[in-house]
Amino acid sequence: MSGQKLENQTTASGQQRKIRILVAKPGLDGHDRGALVLSRAFRDAGMEVIYSGLLPTPEQVAQMAVDEDVDVVALSLLNGAHMTAFPKVAKFLKEKGGADVVVVGGGIIPDNDKPKLEKLGIIGNFGPGTSLKTIVDFINGAVQKNREGRSKSLTTSKGKMLKSSRSAKLKKKKARK
Amino acid sequence: MPSDSFWSNRIHVLEERKKASTTGDFDKKKIDAMKARIEEWEKSILSTVLSETPERKDLFGNLSGIPLKRLYTSADLKNVEYSRDLGLPGEYPYTRGVYPTMYRGRPWTMRMFSGYGSAAQTNSRLKYLLKEGETGLSIAFDMPTLYGYDADSDRAEGEVGKCGVSVSSLEDMETIFRGIPLDQISTSMTINAPAAVLTSMYAAVGEKQGIPISKLRGTVQTDILKEYIAQKEWAYPPDAHLRIIRDMMIFCTEEMPSWHYISISGYHIREAGASAVQELAFTLADGFSYVELGQKAGLDVDQFVPRFSFFFNCDMDFFEEIAKFRAARRIWATVLREKYGAKNPRSLLLRFHTQTSGVSLTWQQPLNNVIRTTVEALAAILGGTQSLHTNSYDEAWALPTEDAVTIALRTQQVLFEETGVADVVDPLGGSYYLETLTNEMEEQAYRYFEKIDQLGGVLEAIKQGYIQREIANTSYVKTQQLEVGSRCIVGVNKYEVQEEKPIDYLKVNRALGKKAATRLRILKRKRDEARVKKALEDLERTFRDEKANSIPPMLEAVRAYATLQEIMDVGRRVFGGWKEPVIV
Repeated sequence: MSGQKLENQTTASGQQRKIRILVAKPGLDGHDRGALVLSRAFRDAGMEVIYSGLLPTPEQVAQMAVDEDVDVVALSLLNGAHMTAFPKVAKFLKEKGGADVVVVGGGIIPDNDKPKLEKLGIIGNFGPGTSLKTIVDFINGAVQKNREGRSKSLTTSKGKMLKSSRSAKLKKKKARK
Repeated sequence: MPSDSFWSNRIHVLEERKKASTTGDFDKKKIDAMKARIEEWEKSILSTVLSETPERKDLFGNLSGIPLKRLYTSADLKNVEYSRDLGLPGEYPYTRGVYPTMYRGRPWTMRMFSGYGSAAQTNSRLKYLLKEGETGLSIAFDMPTLYGYDADSDRAEGEVGKCGVSVSSLEDMETIFRGIPLDQISTSMTINAPAAVLTSMYAAVGEKQGIPISKLRGTVQTDILKEYIAQKEWAYPPDAHLRIIRDMMIFCTEEMPSWHYISISGYHIREAGASAVQELAFTLADGFSYVELGQKAGLDVDQFVPRFSFFFNCDMDFFEEIAKFRAARRIWATVLREKYGAKNPRSLLLRFHTQTSGVSLTWQQPLNNVIRTTVEALAAILGGTQSLHTNSYDEAWALPTEDAVTIALRTQQVLFEETGVADVVDPLGGSYYLETLTNEMEEQAYRYFEKIDQLGGVLEAIKQGYIQREIANTSYVKTQQLEVGSRCIVGVNKYEVQEEKPIDYLKVNRALGKKAATRLRILKRKRDEARVKKALEDLERTFRDEKANSIPPMLEAVRAYATLQEIMDVGRRVFGGWKEPVIV
């Protein structure tokens, strides 16, 4: 199913495929109010939303992201463990062939931690009280940039590699099913 | 009365009261005169003012969905019968308060929810707060502890000591309470899935201090239903946790008569996004479920319900909160007497702890949070709370610093010592608005009880995701209101400033996990392994025997220094885990 969507990144009519987003809470944190509100806000903004449910490990979150072939993983933590859990998700994503997935963070994240997370490719890092529109616009922009970057690289010699890594991922997924 | 019709009958009674021409304490003629007077006022004075200066909005209402009138008068209370609906303080239905003198006797217990980092750090914080005039202890545990994992578990990585104190064994509990004689203080422990283990640890600390467990005073939260509803900190499926709670009810009723073995909590329901009415309704519905659990275990209501306690949130809508507390007391007393046949007055008393609202605190302009907490604390006091935690202004940033927690405690002390609000019982009782709001909230809560009953009870409603969805819907509505600006939070969507200088906030040492792991390794080397093994085997046997009581073997395992996770893992093997239904 998602395979079709993959191939139709740009459909015949020239429309881009909808943004697929995984909203996830890695680790031991039951504070899901924000994650639930965001899931609905993303859906209302026209995205296809997958919610991780509670208590997955960082590795499970990365696996879900790859299996579901998402454009974005939106991580939410309010337990102070973001400096451990977020980088782990990013690391496992790279290992599992999801290096091209946009990783966005949010929660109780002190200012000092934000540049450190950004260095590891975890962007956004929105704090409490951020408007939904700010977050939705940010994600739209980040995905757009990511897709542009990818389509550019597809036309270069590296393009083949990228394309083949995606279809390899797809085959792997089908085999699992 | 058959239980399935109880709720609809109650709703019918409340509806009829509103319809009836007048049955209350007020004289019909005087009420009619009042109504005529209001009509005249609307025509002559009000209409002129409205045409010149319209009101701020067409409709006023609270998040509970209750429309708010411009003015409340005696006409709104025409059906109130004082003795039936309010009662004197300490008298059925306890609307005005559970004790005859309330704070004229003694103030509410000032109980600050504390715990961070290691057991030793928390011990210092508790001693500091006692020195500064706190009158009860309240322990906050970190996430691994709340989920029943040791500090050295893979699952605990990065979370040790972050959201509270880390407890992996009796040794940590001994450290937390070092130098604090447990026969002279009451302690509240916010823990649910592993509540029985932590109660056992507290009992064992008491034993080591030479205090018999029958003398220990305090509260353990234990309320697993609201975990599935809101806080989402479970270890096993609901039925398994409820069975252990049943064991606690039986054990504590016999062995720990001064211990509140359950604190039925609306706090987390509210924090998850519920309205005040939803908090009221779902919390009390959970309470009724625990009454039925005890009855099913063969206990007499009047034997075990007196040890129930409650825990509510207090948010920013001042009158709505006060009405909620008053409605809660009346509903509990009425239902316990009328539906469950309680006769002991102590079964009818809804005694509660309040915590000011965590989610109302803003990360932006954090000093404004001092004001929010003050208003919320005042509402809790006017609502008749038995104990109170006031949040610190820096808690949208991190766990509170010592300076911030001191201001939070001082807030309570200022309210008690300087404002005079504690000098009169239920000083707002009789307010036309407050009494009307109390009635409205009561009726709406009964509508939820009926709905939950139709779904097959709280547990069934949870399994279907109904309660969780109701809360998520309210939470989404509120977020949308903030988004479009029809609801204002100062500093967040109005009166914003460039946030330049972060406050100084508490940082928890990241090496804590490693230190705790080392301590656990040493503990495991010096304890009597055979004793631990036997205790855990005994526990497993009782877990597998539905009729057995699992608390005595748990207490023995704790005494033998089996770790929290070793004990919780026995249950994970026997009962398995839990995956919640889809909510959004």
